[in-house]
Amino acid sequence: MVAVIDYGVGNLFSLKSSFEILGSSACVTNDPEVIESSDRIVLPGVGAFGDAAKKLSDSGMARIVCEQAKKGKPILGICLGMQLLFETSYEYGCHSGLALIPGSVRPLKDIIDPALDIPHIGWNSLELKGSCPLFKYMHSGDFVYFVHSFYGAQCEEYVTAYTEYSVPVTAAVARDNIFGTQFHPEKSGNVGLNILKAFCEVKS
Amino acid sequence: MITKRIIPCLDVRDSRVVKGVNFEGLNDVSSPVELAAYYSENGADELVFYDITASYEQRALFTDILKQVAKTIFIPLTVGGGINDLSDFERVLSCGADKVSVNSGAIRNPQLVYEAAKRYGDQCVVLSADIKRVGGVFHVFAKGGREDTGMEAVEWIRRCVGSGAGEVVVNSIDTDGVKGGFDIGMLSAVLDAVSVPVIASGGAGCAEDFVTLFKTLPRISAGLAASVFHFKQVSIPELKKLLAENAIPARII
Repeated sequence: MVAVIDYGVGNLFSLKSSFEILGSSACVTNDPEVIESSDRIVLPGVGAFGDAAKKLSDSGMARIVCEQAKKGKPILGICLGMQLLFETSYEYGCHSGLALIPGSVRPLKDIIDPALDIPHIGWNSLELKGSCPLFKYMHSGDFVYFVHSFYGAQCEEYVTAYTEYSVPVTAAVARDNIFGTQFHPEKSGNVGLNILKAFCEVKS
Repeated sequence: MITKRIIPCLDVRDSRVVKGVNFEGLNDVSSPVELAAYYSENGADELVFYDITASYEQRALFTDILKQVAKTIFIPLTVGGGINDLSDFERVLSCGADKVSVNSGAIRNPQLVYEAAKRYGDQCVVLSADIKRVGGVFHVFAKGGREDTGMEAVEWIRRCVGSGAGEVVVNSIDTDGVKGGFDIGMLSAVLDAVSVPVIASGGAGCAEDFVTLFKTLPRISAGLAASVFHFKQVSIPELKKLLAENAIPARII
């Protein structure tokens, strides 16, 4: 069973539905017992980093996710959920993340061509790096759906995919059992469903 | 490379897609669920659903349909129509919508964009503006294009983006239904004023109109249309192929 962490943000309906269509049972939950008994964990998230980090921490979910991560359970952070895996975010101030992957979160506007729009919204192609188990059913050049204004920085060692937005932008990261995607696999058609399928096959 | 998005728009009333549609291989051509699946399989990059019902009861039917769509379709879904306060955002977001489009609701209550962006993030709030030239000036219209608000449109859009709208749909009433191409002049004026993605709507009559749109205005992020897709005047796979032939980045599946 996949535990989709509910801490009051994000389109959890689509996420739950995408696992169900793959034949995996998924539970949207903030119950520590359910999370502990799950096979794998998804950390969703949209909106502002500071608010989400506070909700994650206040609800006790931050501590549980970190405990489960240290036990080796596969964890997938999506969009803001990926950014929360890093140590620090500089989105409107300076906020602490879960520090499960070294790195920080910084504004896209500092690195991209100023003529480009922010947020970075739409379907962009992935350039895969290394052999991340999440991408075993896909190829470099496949399109996925992005919507974000901040990006993962100082995390080169853990990047498993980049996307091009005038410069290479962190699209996915991994460190042992911890995975993160800046894009939304649950909104990326069949390519995205295959990524979630691969996540369900990662051994815990 | 980021691709240009092609977005079919479905107007839904009494649980049916309004505007006659005629597709081979679809048993129920006006079923929002079947039509959405058809578009998704054919390479639509996103879908917009407008709830054009009036009553509370019908609104509940609409959210049921939205849930059915979101259970089987895994591309971005934007929902608009009848969005007047934060509880409307909550209602559609909990049923699988990714983005919420506000129009008359923001005109009645300009704080709505700010409050929604603060709670759900900028990426969630799409400003949809119906615009028509009045005496050579772009005016914002409310109530589905029936009422002139007297407000200058570019300034209105700039204000809403400043309040947190993460995307803007520009629907030209002047070109809507004419099928003579998108409103390049109006879109260009909006692009000059904001740096969030702008979606062009109103005027598409054939696939070449999308090519002209993206060639003339390379910063336009997406083209939105309803009847040209519903009536099969434009097929999405052929449109994507035409874009690629014209060196316009497109997601081909």
